[in-house]
Amino acid sequence: MLTLTLKESLTVPLEAEILTPDVLAPLPHADVRALPVMLGKRQLRLDEMFTVEGEGSDDVEIRGDLTKVKWIGRNMTRGRVRVVGNVGMHVGAYMKGGSIEVTGNATDWVGGEMSGGIIHVRGNAGAQLGSAYRGSMSGISGGTILVEGSAGIEIGMRMKRGLIAVRGPVRDFAGLQMKGGTIVLMSGAEQRTGAWMQRGTIISLKPLKLMPTFATACVYNPSFMGLYAKHLASLGFALPHEAIAGGYQRHIGDAAVPGKGEILVWQPKLQLP
Amino acid sequence: MLRITGGKVYDPKNGVDGVVQDVCVAGGKVVASVDASARVIDARGMIVFPGGVDVHTHIGGAALNFARGLIPEQHRKARPIFHTPQCRAGIAGSTPTTFATGYVYAGMGWTTANEAAVPLISAKHTHEELRDTPIIDKCCCVLMANNEIILDLLENDEFERAKQVAGWQVWAAKAYGIKAVNPGGVAGWKWGKDCKGLNDVVPGYKKVTPATIIKALADIADQLSLPHPIHLHCNNLGAPGNYTTTLETMKLLEGNRAHMAHLQYHAYGGDDWYTMKSAAVPIAEYFNTHPNLTCDAGAVLFGDTVTITADGPWQHLLHELTGRKWGNLDVENETGCGVVPYTYKEKNLVNAIQWAVGLELMLLITDPWRVCLTTDHPNGACFWRYPEIVRLLMDKEFRKEQLKAFSDKARAGMVLPDLDREYTLGEIAIITSAAPARTLGLAQKGHLGIGADADIAIFNDVKDPMEMFSYPRFVFKSGQLIVEEGEIRNSIEGSQFATRPDYDPAIEDYLRPLFQQHYTMSFENYPVTEECVHGLEVHACNACVSK
Repeated sequence: MLTLTLKESLTVPLEAEILTPDVLAPLPHADVRALPVMLGKRQLRLDEMFTVEGEGSDDVEIRGDLTKVKWIGRNMTRGRVRVVGNVGMHVGAYMKGGSIEVTGNATDWVGGEMSGGIIHVRGNAGAQLGSAYRGSMSGISGGTILVEGSAGIEIGMRMKRGLIAVRGPVRDFAGLQMKGGTIVLMSGAEQRTGAWMQRGTIISLKPLKLMPTFATACVYNPSFMGLYAKHLASLGFALPHEAIAGGYQRHIGDAAVPGKGEILVWQPKLQLP
Repeated sequence: MLRITGGKVYDPKNGVDGVVQDVCVAGGKVVASVDASARVIDARGMIVFPGGVDVHTHIGGAALNFARGLIPEQHRKARPIFHTPQCRAGIAGSTPTTFATGYVYAGMGWTTANEAAVPLISAKHTHEELRDTPIIDKCCCVLMANNEIILDLLENDEFERAKQVAGWQVWAAKAYGIKAVNPGGVAGWKWGKDCKGLNDVVPGYKKVTPATIIKALADIADQLSLPHPIHLHCNNLGAPGNYTTTLETMKLLEGNRAHMAHLQYHAYGGDDWYTMKSAAVPIAEYFNTHPNLTCDAGAVLFGDTVTITADGPWQHLLHELTGRKWGNLDVENETGCGVVPYTYKEKNLVNAIQWAVGLELMLLITDPWRVCLTTDHPNGACFWRYPEIVRLLMDKEFRKEQLKAFSDKARAGMVLPDLDREYTLGEIAIITSAAPARTLGLAQKGHLGIGADADIAIFNDVKDPMEMFSYPRFVFKSGQLIVEEGEIRNSIEGSQFATRPDYDPAIEDYLRPLFQQHYTMSFENYPVTEECVHGLEVHACNACVSK
């Protein structure tokens, strides 16, 4: 177990892509302390910014208000990172495996272009959750992102595979240009959900204001809902029981692209025969 | 002063093919001898080449910058070049930044590059970027085959005046030669159309055809005695079955000098994307028997890149085929431009054929003096991947190994599996340096004879050509040590070559009112002044043109 505690609150962003089990696990205590981080344009030793306790390990706990600490868990393939407090941008970017848990809030670009592993944010997340970085063809191509609070705009932008589930409300353009994968919205979204989506599934447990380029299809209970609910429950993210067995209005689109994506909106009052 | 001793020298222009001899340098030139105080470079176990010359590349200007802006996702993966006392920071990748372009070219032993497509209206921008491309010498070709002023003149049978305008444009752009891209097709693109056949009438005109434009510009380049002939990107690029258009174009150019740019993209058979196959054989057969022509390969390597061309209609088609993002520029009355990121994949039939055709042309064209190694950077691959192509040319077993990656259908569409030719080091020196220098008419480049510019690359003489040509031991530019032990030791500024053809200065009186009427800028701001071009070296227009 390796514990890092931020010594002072930051005004300048700290870029710390070395904070992943892949880098930290093989290192003895002294080497961990000497790792480089960038405070603005200045390169510092890790122990100038953090109190370091323990040897390098696959279990890493980072404490303090890390709102300005960027790139934690970048490119990680293994191990567990637990952030006790808030975390800064790009947490879990390009992540391939392992798990990250954030007890506080995260900000923008959580799990950018990740391809595996799991990120669980107990608080709110920012914009571009699980999205493609600017210019890229695809966003997350695997793995799971769970958010207990709210999320910002453009979540799952150009996502190709993987699962994003948000318990709180999300803002505009959820699933923008989505190419595959699944987004579960438990408290609905603001406008233009699924804009330009080509494939993939957006499940909403609250009514959505849909764009006119989505056509209404049938009402049914997708058989995969049970499987997904079971999977999410095993990750500590339970869906309400009524929603699992309930009826969903299926919408297909976005016809502007044209796309074959689907948006499933739960109809709680509807009794399926 | 410098004496390079003990290395095997390859200097094809002077008939030196792997002979151990000294190369002496003084005052930035190769000289007969230097005195004992000269620095001695011990090149035992190494080979000595004249610095590479790239006859067709895109390293600066509005189009390339547009591409740079369009592909942040490729820059993120690009190799960084860090700030050092000698170097400015930058990145390599598919479109290296300006300073990095100079470092990377020099870092692999290439010392001269021809930026192959410059619209006159953005020539100032290009020259500014070329100024910031250090170490290497540069020249550029100005786009003319869709210039509406020239097309209007050809429509009215005013060849003589068109020639004056062309001469004025070459000097106004501080260019070195004339470039023609999809003649007539880009002008047609402004009407949403294209010119695929040589005898299609250009949209918006009554009688001008691509054939008229090509012939006129080839004649103009010859009559102005430009050191470099018309630099021609043929019509119908990239389309299956386009080799017939290419053959017709080459026949049309009988009696003219011409440089066929990125010939690989113009040598396809088949009827559609599913039956596409190589047509390198008919192209190479015709080419071999017509010494008025030179070409560059425009070879393709697999991987991510970005395609940039003035050929607007083709880029729109490529965007529709791939679904990748697309940028389009309309360059006033002069040309167009399209940018589409692209990934060449081994499993894709079309890409496999393209890969093969580039190599086939270089292997089937018997005279290495008339074919230059290029990838049409960054269209086929980035220029820093040239060593891979050198290995493919020098090692037939390696080629065979690569061919295994393709489907049977793809292999059936190639002639590459039947080609056993292997390039020698001497021939590599020709296609990377001596031939492009001759094609460009740069007498001081591409050789190590007395009086030549002392642009010299020294490589370890090892078995793997890719390793050999990727990491030169020493690179000298104008006699100054640039690269040693894989590091840039000195970043000097290169020259920019331009030509000044003879034209009647009174042609400005004809152009001025046209400008004021049709352009967004005033005539006075249009030409590039001599002060704008850093390190300008004006070359005479005295090419021997035999009719």
